[in-house]
Amino acid sequence: MAGHFEPLAGGGAAVALDEVEISILRSLAVQLLELIGPGEAEGPEAADPLARLFAEGPSEPPSDPALARLFPDAYGTPGAEQDQQERAHAAEFRRYTENDLRERKRQDALGVVRSLDSLSPGGEGGAVLRLEAEGCRQWLGTLNDLRLTIAARLEITADDDGDALYRLPDSDPRKPMVMAYLWLGGLQETLVEALTS
Amino acid sequence: MGSVSVAPVEIERPETGESPFAVADPDVPWVTLVHNDPVNLMSYVTYVFQAYFGYPKDKAHRLMLDVHHKGRAAVSSGSREEMERDVQAMHGYGLWATLSQDR
Repeated sequence: MAGHFEPLAGGGAAVALDEVEISILRSLAVQLLELIGPGEAEGPEAADPLARLFAEGPSEPPSDPALARLFPDAYGTPGAEQDQQERAHAAEFRRYTENDLRERKRQDALGVVRSLDSLSPGGEGGAVLRLEAEGCRQWLGTLNDLRLTIAARLEITADDDGDALYRLPDSDPRKPMVMAYLWLGGLQETLVEALTS
Repeated sequence: MGSVSVAPVEIERPETGESPFAVADPDVPWVTLVHNDPVNLMSYVTYVFQAYFGYPKDKAHRLMLDVHHKGRAAVSSGSREEMERDVQAMHGYGLWATLSQDR
C-alpha cells in the first residue's frame, strides 16, 4: 500500500511510508510551517501573549501568491477588481479571522510533523502510519495546503495547466516539484476515499 | 439592498397562509460561494461539503460539479454572520470561498 492510504477497521486510515517518503513529507510540512509563519501582530503587544490573543490580524492579503491562495479575500469576485465596499469588508474579515486561520493551519502541519516523528522506519518495508479521526483531519488539511502551495509555485492557475506539467522532460527543473505534487495528490485522494468508504 | 415594499392599503386579503410573494427577510440575503480552482480534488471538495455542511453525498456531489463546470456554486445561504462563518470554514479547508448578497 505504498503511496496510498487505506481505511482502518475501527475508523481512521493507515499508510505505509519508507524512510525517504517520511523525510520528504516532513520537510514539506516544515516548509509549510515556515511559510505560514506565526502571523503575529507586530508592535509592542507582540511580546505579550494576552495582548496577542486579542491582537487584530492584517487588513491586506498576503503578497506571496501561495499565502494569498491559503488566505483568500472573503469578499469580491475572483479575477475581478473589488469595489470599495468589498475591499473594506474583506479587510475587516481578514483582521478578525486570518490569525485564527493561520493558527489552525499551523497546528495541522505540526500534527503531521509529530505523527511522522513518532514513526521508526528501521526495517525493510519502512513504517506504517496509523491515524485516528483527528489525525486524518490534520493530514487532509496539510496535504491540501501543500498542494495549493506547490501549485502556486508551479503557477497552476487553470484546469489545463496541470496537463502540460505532467509531460515535462526529466531535465526540467520543475520536475521534482511536479512529482511531489502528484504524489501528494495520490495520498490525499486515497485518504478521502478511506474516510468516505 | 432590495427596497422594502409597502403593501397597498386598498384590499383586505383573506389569510391564506404562506404568501408565495412573501418578501424575503432583508437580514438573510447572503450566500456562500465556492469558486473553482484547478488544484482541489473533486473528491475532496465533495467530502468537505458533506463533512462541514452535513449534506448528503448526492447533494454534495452535485454542488461540487456545479463548482467545477459553472465556475462557482452557492453552497449555503443565511445571515451575513452565518455566511462569514461558513466562508472562514471553507478557507480552513483550503477551498476558495467568498460571500455576497444574493441579489
